[in-house]
Amino acid sequence: MSELQDLARKLLEEGTVQVVIGWEAGRRGLRPVTITDPSDVEKLVFDTRSVHNLATYLDPRRTQVRKLGKPAIVVKGCDTKAVAALLREAQIERDEVVLIGVRCGGVVKDPAGDATLTLETVAPRCAGCDVREPHLADFIIGEEQPEPPQVTSIDERVAELDAMTPDERFEFWASQMEKCVRCYACRQACPLCVCDQCVADKTVPQWIERSPHARGNLSWHMTRALHLAGRCVGCGECERACPVGIPITLINRKLQQIVAESFDFEVSDDPATASPIGTFRDDDREDFIL
Amino acid sequence: MSEMTEPINDFEPRITAFVCNWCTYTGADMAGTSRMHMASNVRIIRLPCTGRIDALFIIKAFERGADGVIVSGCHPADCHYTAGNYHARRRFIVFRELLGFMGVDLGRVTFSWVSAGEGAKWRDVVNETVERIRELGPFDAYHDLALRQAAGAASGTSLDVPDVVAPVVAEAGDAS
Repeated sequence: MSELQDLARKLLEEGTVQVVIGWEAGRRGLRPVTITDPSDVEKLVFDTRSVHNLATYLDPRRTQVRKLGKPAIVVKGCDTKAVAALLREAQIERDEVVLIGVRCGGVVKDPAGDATLTLETVAPRCAGCDVREPHLADFIIGEEQPEPPQVTSIDERVAELDAMTPDERFEFWASQMEKCVRCYACRQACPLCVCDQCVADKTVPQWIERSPHARGNLSWHMTRALHLAGRCVGCGECERACPVGIPITLINRKLQQIVAESFDFEVSDDPATASPIGTFRDDDREDFIL
Repeated sequence: MSEMTEPINDFEPRITAFVCNWCTYTGADMAGTSRMHMASNVRIIRLPCTGRIDALFIIKAFERGADGVIVSGCHPADCHYTAGNYHARRRFIVFRELLGFMGVDLGRVTFSWVSAGEGAKWRDVVNETVERIRELGPFDAYHDLALRQAAGAASGTSLDVPDVVAPVVAEAGDAS
Protein backbone atom coordinates (compact mmCIF):
# COMPACT_ATOMS: atom_id res chain seq x y z
CA MET A 1 0.00 0.00 0.00
CA SER A 2 2.09 2.84 -1.30
CA GLU A 3 -0.30 5.48 0.04
CA LEU A 4 0.60 4.35 3.55
CA GLN A 5 4.33 4.22 2.75
CA ASP A 6 4.28 7.70 1.16
CA LEU A 7 2.50 9.18 4.17
CA ALA A 8 4.89 7.49 6.60
CA ARG A 9 7.90 8.74 4.64
CA LYS A 10 6.51 12.28 4.60
CA LEU A 11 5.79 12.29 8.36
CA LEU A 12 9.28 10.97 9.16
CA GLU A 13 11.12 13.28 6.74
CA GLU A 14 9.24 16.37 7.89
CA GLY A 15 10.01 15.42 11.49
CA THR A 16 6.32 15.42 12.47
CA VAL A 17 7.00 12.08 14.13
CA GLN A 18 10.13 10.09 14.95
CA VAL A 19 8.63 6.65 14.62
CA VAL A 20 5.85 5.02 12.63
CA ILE A 21 4.25 1.94 14.19
CA GLY A 22 2.66 -0.37 11.65
CA TRP A 23 2.91 -3.89 10.24
CA GLU A 24 5.58 -5.63 8.20
CA ALA A 25 5.90 -9.06 6.62
CA GLY A 26 7.79 -11.40 8.93
CA ARG A 27 8.66 -15.06 9.03
CA ARG A 28 5.16 -15.95 10.05
CA GLY A 29 2.78 -13.57 8.33
CA LEU A 30 2.45 -9.99 9.44
CA ARG A 31 3.89 -8.61 12.63
CA PRO A 32 4.16 -5.19 14.27
CA VAL A 33 7.12 -3.02 13.29
CA THR A 34 8.57 0.32 14.32
CA ILE A 35 10.00 2.41 11.49
CA THR A 36 12.36 5.22 12.43
CA ASP A 37 14.33 5.58 9.17
CA PRO A 38 12.40 7.02 6.17
CA SER A 39 14.27 4.61 3.89
CA ASP A 40 12.61 1.69 5.69
CA VAL A 41 9.02 2.67 4.91
CA GLU A 42 8.83 0.08 2.10
CA LYS A 43 8.50 -2.49 4.88
CA LEU A 44 5.09 -1.13 5.86
CA VAL A 45 2.16 -3.35 4.90
CA PHE A 46 -1.53 -3.26 5.55
CA ASP A 47 -3.80 -6.13 4.58
CA THR A 48 -6.31 -8.53 6.09
CA ARG A 49 -3.56 -9.99 8.26
CA SER A 50 -3.04 -6.69 10.09
CA VAL A 51 -4.74 -8.16 13.12
CA HIS A 52 -2.73 -6.72 16.01
CA ASN A 53 -4.16 -3.82 17.94
CA LEU A 54 -1.15 -1.51 17.81
CA ALA A 55 -2.72 0.90 20.31
CA THR A 56 -1.11 -1.30 22.95
CA TYR A 57 2.23 0.33 22.04
CA LEU A 58 0.87 3.74 23.11
CA ASP A 59 0.92 2.77 26.78
CA PRO A 60 3.34 5.36 28.24
CA ARG A 61 4.86 2.61 30.41
CA ARG A 62 6.25 0.92 27.32
CA THR A 63 9.49 2.79 27.63
CA GLN A 64 11.18 0.92 24.77
CA VAL A 65 8.65 2.37 22.36
CA ARG A 66 8.38 5.74 24.04
CA LYS A 67 12.10 6.45 23.84
CA LEU A 68 11.92 6.21 20.04
CA GLY A 69 10.13 9.57 20.06
CA LYS A 70 6.73 10.83 19.01
CA PRO A 71 4.84 8.03 17.26
CA ALA A 72 2.52 7.83 14.31
CA ILE A 73 0.45 4.69 14.56
CA VAL A 74 -1.55 2.86 11.94
CA VAL A 75 -5.03 2.16 13.29
CA LYS A 76 -8.07 0.29 12.06
CA GLY A 77 -11.45 1.56 13.16
CA CYS A 78 -11.65 -0.94 16.02
CA ASP A 79 -8.18 0.06 17.20
CA THR A 80 -9.30 3.69 17.50
CA LYS A 81 -11.67 2.59 20.26
CA ALA A 82 -8.65 1.57 22.32
CA VAL A 83 -6.95 4.88 21.52
CA ALA A 84 -10.14 6.67 22.60
CA ALA A 85 -10.09 4.73 25.88
CA LEU A 86 -6.46 5.73 26.52
CA LEU A 87 -7.40 9.37 25.83
CA ARG A 88 -10.52 9.08 28.03
CA GLU A 89 -8.38 7.88 30.91
CA ALA A 90 -5.69 10.53 30.32
CA GLN A 91 -3.00 7.92 29.62
CA ILE A 92 -1.98 9.83 26.49
CA GLU A 93 -2.60 13.31 25.11
CA ARG A 94 -4.15 13.70 21.68
CA ASP A 95 -1.23 15.78 20.37
CA GLU A 96 1.32 13.18 21.51
CA VAL A 97 0.37 10.81 18.72
CA VAL A 98 -0.42 10.96 15.01
CA LEU A 99 -3.17 8.54 14.04
CA ILE A 100 -3.06 7.08 10.53
CA GLY A 101 -6.51 5.58 10.08
CA VAL A 102 -6.97 2.84 7.49
CA ARG A 103 -10.28 1.83 5.98
CA CYS A 104 -10.73 -1.81 6.87
CA GLY A 105 -13.01 -4.51 5.54
CA GLY A 106 -12.16 -7.05 8.21
CA VAL A 107 -9.10 -8.96 9.32
CA VAL A 108 -8.36 -12.65 9.71
CA LYS A 109 -7.96 -14.45 13.02
CA ASP A 110 -4.39 -15.46 12.46
CA PRO A 111 -1.79 -13.02 11.08
CA ALA A 112 0.32 -16.03 10.07
CA GLY A 113 -2.47 -17.77 8.21
CA ASP A 114 -4.44 -17.40 5.01
CA ALA A 115 -5.12 -13.77 4.08
CA THR A 116 -8.43 -14.54 2.36
CA LEU A 117 -11.44 -13.38 4.32
CA THR A 118 -14.00 -16.14 4.64
CA LEU A 119 -16.47 -17.15 7.32
CA GLU A 120 -13.81 -19.54 8.63
CA THR A 121 -10.92 -17.10 8.75
CA VAL A 122 -12.48 -13.77 9.74
CA ALA A 123 -11.66 -12.51 13.24
CA PRO A 124 -14.59 -12.70 15.69
CA ARG A 125 -14.28 -9.03 16.54
CA CYS A 126 -15.23 -8.09 12.97
CA ALA A 127 -18.82 -9.26 13.57
CA GLY A 128 -21.02 -6.19 13.67
CA CYS A 129 -18.16 -3.79 12.92
CA ASP A 130 -19.40 -0.20 13.03
CA VAL A 131 -16.12 1.61 12.28
CA ARG A 132 -14.90 0.36 8.91
CA GLU A 133 -13.75 3.95 8.40
CA PRO A 134 -12.05 5.44 11.48
CA HIS A 135 -13.39 8.74 12.80
CA LEU A 136 -10.68 9.36 15.36
CA ALA A 137 -7.71 9.88 13.04
CA ASP A 138 -5.45 12.56 11.59
CA PHE A 139 -5.28 10.87 8.19
CA ILE A 140 -7.57 8.36 6.57
CA ILE A 141 -6.19 6.20 3.79
CA GLY A 142 -7.19 3.26 1.63
CA GLU A 143 -10.17 2.45 -0.50
CA GLU A 144 -13.70 2.19 0.78
CA GLN A 145 -14.13 -1.37 2.10
CA PRO A 146 -17.02 -3.83 1.98
CA GLU A 147 -18.59 -5.28 5.08
CA PRO A 148 -16.61 -8.25 6.49
CA PRO A 149 -18.15 -11.75 6.38
CA GLN A 150 -20.61 -12.04 9.25
CA VAL A 151 -19.62 -14.84 11.57
CA THR A 152 -21.59 -16.18 14.50
CA SER A 153 -21.45 -13.28 16.84
CA ILE A 154 -19.80 -13.72 20.19
CA ASP A 155 -23.14 -12.82 21.78
CA GLU A 156 -24.53 -16.17 20.71
CA ARG A 157 -21.69 -18.00 22.41
CA VAL A 158 -22.26 -15.95 25.55
CA ALA A 159 -25.97 -16.81 25.37
CA GLU A 160 -25.11 -20.53 25.17
CA LEU A 161 -23.22 -20.22 28.44
CA ASP A 162 -26.00 -18.16 30.00
CA ALA A 163 -28.43 -20.95 29.19
CA MET A 164 -26.45 -23.50 31.22
CA THR A 165 -27.06 -24.21 34.89
CA PRO A 166 -24.59 -22.57 37.32
CA ASP A 167 -22.95 -25.94 37.98
CA GLU A 168 -22.45 -26.57 34.26
CA ARG A 169 -20.99 -23.11 33.79
CA PHE A 170 -18.71 -23.58 36.79
CA GLU A 171 -17.45 -26.84 35.35
CA PHE A 172 -16.94 -25.23 31.94
CA TRP A 173 -14.85 -22.40 33.38
CA ALA A 174 -13.00 -24.66 35.82
CA SER A 175 -11.85 -26.83 32.91
CA GLN A 176 -10.80 -23.70 31.02
CA MET A 177 -8.96 -22.31 34.06
CA GLU A 178 -7.10 -25.60 34.44
CA LYS A 179 -5.30 -24.85 31.20
CA CYS A 180 -3.97 -21.44 32.18
CA VAL A 181 -0.21 -21.33 32.77
CA ARG A 182 -0.24 -17.71 34.01
CA CYS A 183 2.04 -16.38 31.32
CA TYR A 184 0.05 -13.12 31.47
CA ALA A 185 0.15 -12.80 27.69
CA CYS A 186 -3.49 -11.65 27.91
CA ARG A 187 -2.40 -8.77 30.09
CA GLN A 188 0.62 -7.85 27.98
CA ALA A 189 -1.35 -7.84 24.74
CA CYS A 190 -4.16 -5.72 26.16
CA PRO A 191 -4.02 -2.06 25.12
CA LEU A 192 -5.81 -1.06 28.32
CA CYS A 193 -3.92 -3.07 30.96
CA VAL A 194 -1.83 -0.06 31.89
CA CYS A 195 -1.20 -0.29 35.66
CA ASP A 196 2.27 0.58 36.93
CA GLN A 197 2.15 -2.54 39.03
CA CYS A 198 -0.34 -5.29 38.39
CA VAL A 199 -2.14 -6.68 41.44
CA ALA A 200 -1.25 -10.15 40.15
CA ASP A 201 2.45 -9.34 40.58
CA LYS A 202 2.13 -8.20 44.18
CA THR A 203 3.24 -10.73 46.76
CA VAL A 204 2.85 -8.71 49.98
CA PRO A 205 -0.06 -9.02 50.42
CA GLN A 206 -0.68 -11.68 47.85
CA TRP A 207 -4.27 -11.30 46.71
CA ILE A 208 -4.03 -13.52 43.67
CA GLU A 209 -2.47 -16.92 44.17
CA ARG A 210 0.47 -17.22 41.83
CA SER A 211 0.57 -20.95 41.28
CA PRO A 212 -1.12 -21.95 38.05
CA HIS A 213 -3.92 -24.06 39.48
CA ALA A 214 -7.55 -23.47 38.58
CA ARG A 215 -8.34 -21.57 41.80
CA GLY A 216 -5.64 -18.93 41.43
CA ASN A 217 -6.30 -18.80 37.70
CA LEU A 218 -10.00 -18.12 38.23
CA SER A 219 -9.11 -15.34 40.63
CA TRP A 220 -6.74 -13.86 38.06
CA HIS A 221 -9.19 -14.05 35.17
CA MET A 222 -12.08 -12.59 37.16
CA THR A 223 -9.90 -9.76 38.41
CA ARG A 224 -8.50 -9.04 34.96
CA ALA A 225 -12.02 -8.92 33.53
CA LEU A 226 -13.33 -6.72 36.32
CA HIS A 227 -10.51 -4.25 35.87
CA LEU A 228 -11.59 -3.97 32.25
CA ALA A 229 -15.31 -3.63 32.96
CA GLY A 230 -16.58 -0.64 31.07
CA ARG A 231 -13.14 -0.23 29.48
CA CYS A 232 -12.61 -3.28 27.29
CA VAL A 233 -13.01 -2.40 23.62
CA GLY A 234 -13.43 -6.01 22.52
CA CYS A 235 -10.38 -6.21 20.27
CA GLY A 236 -9.82 -9.81 21.36
CA GLU A 237 -6.04 -9.50 21.52
CA CYS A 238 -6.03 -11.23 24.93
CA GLU A 239 -7.62 -14.35 23.51
CA ARG A 240 -5.43 -14.30 20.40
CA ALA A 241 -2.32 -14.05 22.58
CA CYS A 242 -3.43 -16.89 24.85
CA PRO A 243 -1.17 -19.92 24.23
CA VAL A 244 -3.69 -22.41 25.65
CA GLY A 245 -6.86 -21.11 24.01
CA ILE A 246 -8.95 -19.87 26.94
CA PRO A 247 -12.04 -18.07 25.53
CA ILE A 248 -11.26 -14.84 27.37
CA THR A 249 -13.36 -12.70 25.06
CA LEU A 250 -16.50 -14.45 26.30
CA ILE A 251 -15.89 -13.00 29.77
CA ASN A 252 -15.07 -9.58 28.34
CA ARG A 253 -18.17 -9.61 26.17
CA LYS A 254 -20.36 -10.64 29.08
CA LEU A 255 -19.06 -7.66 31.06
CA GLN A 256 -19.71 -5.37 28.11
CA GLN A 257 -23.30 -6.61 28.06
CA ILE A 258 -23.72 -6.07 31.80
CA VAL A 259 -22.31 -2.57 31.59
CA ALA A 260 -24.47 -1.74 28.57
CA GLU A 261 -27.66 -3.03 30.20
CA SER A 262 -27.03 -1.61 33.66
CA PHE A 263 -25.38 1.71 32.92
CA ASP A 264 -26.45 2.42 29.35
CA PHE A 265 -22.82 2.54 28.20
CA GLU A 266 -21.59 1.37 24.83
CA VAL A 267 -17.94 1.16 23.84
CA SER A 268 -17.24 3.93 21.35
CA ASP A 269 -14.42 5.72 19.60
CA ASP A 270 -15.43 9.01 21.21
CA PRO A 271 -12.92 9.95 23.93
CA ALA A 272 -15.35 12.48 25.42
CA THR A 273 -17.75 9.88 26.83
CA ALA A 274 -17.39 9.10 30.53
CA SER A 275 -16.27 5.71 31.76
CA PRO A 276 -19.10 3.94 33.64
CA ILE A 277 -17.04 2.51 36.49
CA GLY A 278 -15.75 5.20 38.82
CA THR A 279 -18.97 7.12 38.61
CA PHE A 280 -22.56 6.33 39.69
CA ARG A 281 -26.15 7.38 39.47
CA ASP A 282 -28.54 7.74 42.40
CA ASP A 283 -30.99 5.44 40.67
CA ASP A 284 -28.61 2.61 39.78
CA ARG A 285 -30.48 -0.66 39.97
CA GLU A 286 -30.44 -2.46 43.31
CA ASP A 287 -32.99 -5.20 42.70
CA PHE A 288 -30.44 -7.69 44.05
CA ILE A 289 -29.82 -5.85 47.33
CA LEU A 290 -31.91 -6.83 50.35
CA MET B 1 -12.50 -40.92 55.90
CA SER B 2 -15.93 -41.92 54.61
CA GLU B 3 -17.26 -43.07 58.00
CA MET B 4 -16.23 -39.71 59.44
CA THR B 5 -18.12 -37.73 56.81
CA GLU B 6 -20.95 -35.79 58.42
CA PRO B 7 -24.49 -36.24 57.14
CA ILE B 8 -25.44 -33.39 54.83
CA ASN B 9 -28.00 -31.90 57.23
CA ASP B 10 -25.27 -31.48 59.82
CA PHE B 11 -23.36 -29.26 57.48
CA GLU B 12 -22.64 -25.95 59.15
CA PRO B 13 -22.03 -23.25 56.53
CA ARG B 14 -19.10 -20.93 56.93
CA ILE B 15 -20.09 -17.44 55.92
CA THR B 16 -17.94 -14.34 55.72
CA ALA B 17 -19.64 -10.97 56.09
CA PHE B 18 -17.99 -7.77 54.91
CA VAL B 19 -19.77 -4.90 56.61
CA CYS B 20 -19.29 -1.18 56.94
CA ASN B 21 -18.33 0.27 60.26
CA TRP B 22 -21.01 2.92 60.43
CA CYS B 23 -24.27 1.16 59.65
CA THR B 24 -24.27 -2.61 59.41
CA TYR B 25 -21.62 -3.24 62.04
CA THR B 26 -23.54 -1.08 64.47
CA GLY B 27 -26.75 -2.80 63.39
CA ALA B 28 -25.17 -6.21 64.01
CA ASP B 29 -24.00 -4.94 67.40
CA MET B 30 -27.56 -3.92 68.14
CA ALA B 31 -28.82 -7.38 67.21
CA GLY B 32 -26.32 -8.81 69.67
CA THR B 33 -27.01 -6.47 72.58
CA SER B 34 -30.74 -6.98 72.04
CA ARG B 35 -30.14 -10.74 72.54
CA MET B 36 -31.72 -11.57 69.18
CA HIS B 37 -31.52 -15.21 68.16
CA MET B 38 -29.49 -15.81 65.08
CA ALA B 39 -27.22 -18.34 63.48
CA SER B 40 -23.60 -18.24 64.58
CA ASN B 41 -22.17 -19.19 61.19
CA VAL B 42 -21.21 -15.68 60.16
CA ARG B 43 -17.74 -14.24 60.65
CA ILE B 44 -17.86 -10.47 60.41
CA ILE B 45 -15.07 -8.41 58.88
CA ARG B 46 -15.48 -4.74 59.66
CA LEU B 47 -14.42 -2.20 57.07
CA PRO B 48 -14.73 1.58 56.99
CA CYS B 49 -17.19 1.54 54.10
CA THR B 50 -18.71 -0.77 51.48
CA GLY B 51 -16.73 1.34 49.03
CA ARG B 52 -13.62 -0.27 50.55
CA ILE B 53 -14.75 -3.77 49.59
CA ASP B 54 -12.77 -5.02 46.62
CA ALA B 55 -14.12 -7.94 44.63
CA LEU B 56 -10.92 -9.74 45.57
CA PHE B 57 -12.10 -9.82 49.21
CA ILE B 58 -15.04 -11.94 48.15
CA ILE B 59 -12.93 -14.13 45.87
CA LYS B 60 -10.43 -14.62 48.70
CA ALA B 61 -13.19 -15.58 51.12
CA PHE B 62 -14.32 -18.35 48.77
CA GLU B 63 -10.72 -19.44 48.25
CA ARG B 64 -10.13 -19.72 51.98
CA GLY B 65 -13.13 -21.89 52.68
CA ALA B 66 -16.24 -19.71 52.84
CA ASP B 67 -19.43 -21.32 51.59
CA GLY B 68 -21.19 -17.97 51.29
CA VAL B 69 -20.53 -14.25 51.55
CA ILE B 70 -22.58 -11.34 52.84
CA VAL B 71 -21.82 -7.74 51.90
CA SER B 72 -23.71 -5.09 53.78
CA GLY B 73 -23.52 -1.38 54.42
CA CYS B 74 -25.40 1.88 54.70
CA HIS B 75 -28.61 2.53 52.82
CA PRO B 76 -28.33 4.87 49.81
CA ALA B 77 -28.01 8.51 50.94
CA ASP B 78 -26.78 7.34 54.37
CA CYS B 79 -23.10 6.80 53.61
CA HIS B 80 -20.76 8.25 56.21
CA TYR B 81 -18.49 9.24 53.34
CA THR B 82 -21.37 10.54 51.18
CA ALA B 83 -20.98 8.24 48.16
CA GLY B 84 -19.01 5.11 49.08
CA ASN B 85 -22.07 2.86 48.96
CA TYR B 86 -23.09 4.22 45.55
CA HIS B 87 -19.69 3.30 44.12
CA ALA B 88 -19.94 -0.10 45.82
CA ARG B 89 -23.41 -0.69 44.40
CA ARG B 90 -22.22 -0.05 40.87
CA ARG B 91 -19.23 -2.33 41.35
CA PHE B 92 -21.33 -5.13 42.81
CA ILE B 93 -23.82 -4.95 39.95
CA VAL B 94 -20.94 -5.91 37.68
CA PHE B 95 -19.17 -8.31 40.01
CA ARG B 96 -22.29 -10.23 40.97
CA GLU B 97 -23.17 -10.89 37.34
CA LEU B 98 -19.59 -11.89 36.61
CA LEU B 99 -19.69 -14.41 39.46
CA GLY B 100 -22.90 -15.79 38.03
CA PHE B 101 -21.37 -16.05 34.57
CA MET B 102 -18.42 -17.96 35.98
CA GLY B 103 -20.87 -20.45 37.48
CA VAL B 104 -21.06 -19.37 41.12
CA ASP B 105 -24.61 -19.88 42.37
CA LEU B 106 -25.79 -16.37 43.21
CA GLY B 107 -27.50 -17.73 46.29
CA ARG B 108 -24.03 -17.78 47.81
CA VAL B 109 -23.63 -14.01 47.79
CA THR B 110 -25.98 -11.73 49.69
CA PHE B 111 -25.98 -7.97 49.40
CA SER B 112 -27.98 -5.88 51.82
CA TRP B 113 -28.40 -2.42 53.26
CA VAL B 114 -28.65 -2.59 57.06
CA SER B 115 -28.67 0.63 59.05
CA ALA B 116 -27.46 1.10 62.62
CA GLY B 117 -31.02 0.76 63.87
CA GLU B 118 -31.95 -2.35 61.90
CA GLY B 119 -30.76 -5.07 64.25
CA ALA B 120 -33.79 -7.17 63.38
CA LYS B 121 -33.11 -6.86 59.67
CA TRP B 122 -29.52 -8.03 60.20
CA ARG B 123 -30.81 -11.04 62.12
CA ASP B 124 -33.11 -11.90 59.20
CA VAL B 125 -30.38 -11.39 56.59
CA VAL B 126 -28.06 -13.70 58.54
CA ASN B 127 -30.64 -16.39 59.22
CA GLU B 128 -31.96 -16.42 55.66
CA THR B 129 -28.47 -16.55 54.20
CA VAL B 130 -27.39 -19.39 56.49
CA GLU B 131 -30.47 -21.43 55.60
CA ARG B 132 -29.99 -20.83 51.89
CA ILE B 133 -26.32 -21.86 52.04
CA ARG B 134 -27.21 -24.89 54.13
CA GLU B 135 -29.41 -26.03 51.27
CA LEU B 136 -26.79 -25.28 48.65
CA GLY B 137 -24.22 -27.27 50.61
CA PRO B 138 -20.49 -26.77 51.02
CA PHE B 139 -18.75 -24.86 48.24
CA ASP B 140 -16.12 -27.56 47.77
CA ALA B 141 -16.23 -27.09 44.02
CA TYR B 142 -14.52 -23.74 44.53
CA HIS B 143 -12.25 -24.72 47.41
CA ASP B 144 -10.98 -27.76 45.51
CA LEU B 145 -10.14 -25.79 42.38
CA ALA B 146 -6.62 -25.64 43.78
CA LEU B 147 -6.29 -29.35 43.07
CA ARG B 148 -7.06 -28.86 39.41
CA GLN B 149 -4.12 -28.11 37.23
CA ALA B 150 -3.27 -28.91 33.65
CA ALA B 151 -0.74 -31.71 33.25
CA GLY B 152 1.14 -29.35 30.98
CA ALA B 153 1.38 -26.66 33.60
CA ALA B 154 3.28 -29.03 35.85
CA SER B 155 5.46 -30.80 33.30
CA GLY B 156 5.68 -28.17 30.62
CA THR B 157 5.23 -30.75 27.90
CA SER B 158 1.64 -31.18 26.84
CA LEU B 159 0.74 -27.62 25.88
CA ASP B 160 -0.80 -27.20 22.50
CA VAL B 161 1.78 -24.76 21.19
CA PRO B 162 2.49 -24.82 17.46
CA ASP B 163 5.98 -26.06 16.82
CA VAL B 164 6.92 -23.51 14.19
CA VAL B 165 9.19 -20.93 15.74
CA ALA B 166 12.77 -22.10 15.73
CA PRO B 167 14.55 -21.25 18.97
CA VAL B 168 16.94 -18.31 18.70
CA VAL B 169 20.37 -19.44 19.78
CA ALA B 170 22.82 -16.76 20.84
CA GLU B 171 26.02 -16.99 18.89
CA ALA B 172 29.34 -17.47 20.61
CA GLY B 173 30.79 -14.14 21.70
CA ASP B 174 27.38 -12.45 21.72
CA ALA B 175 27.64 -10.16 24.70
CA SER B 176 23.90 -10.20 25.34
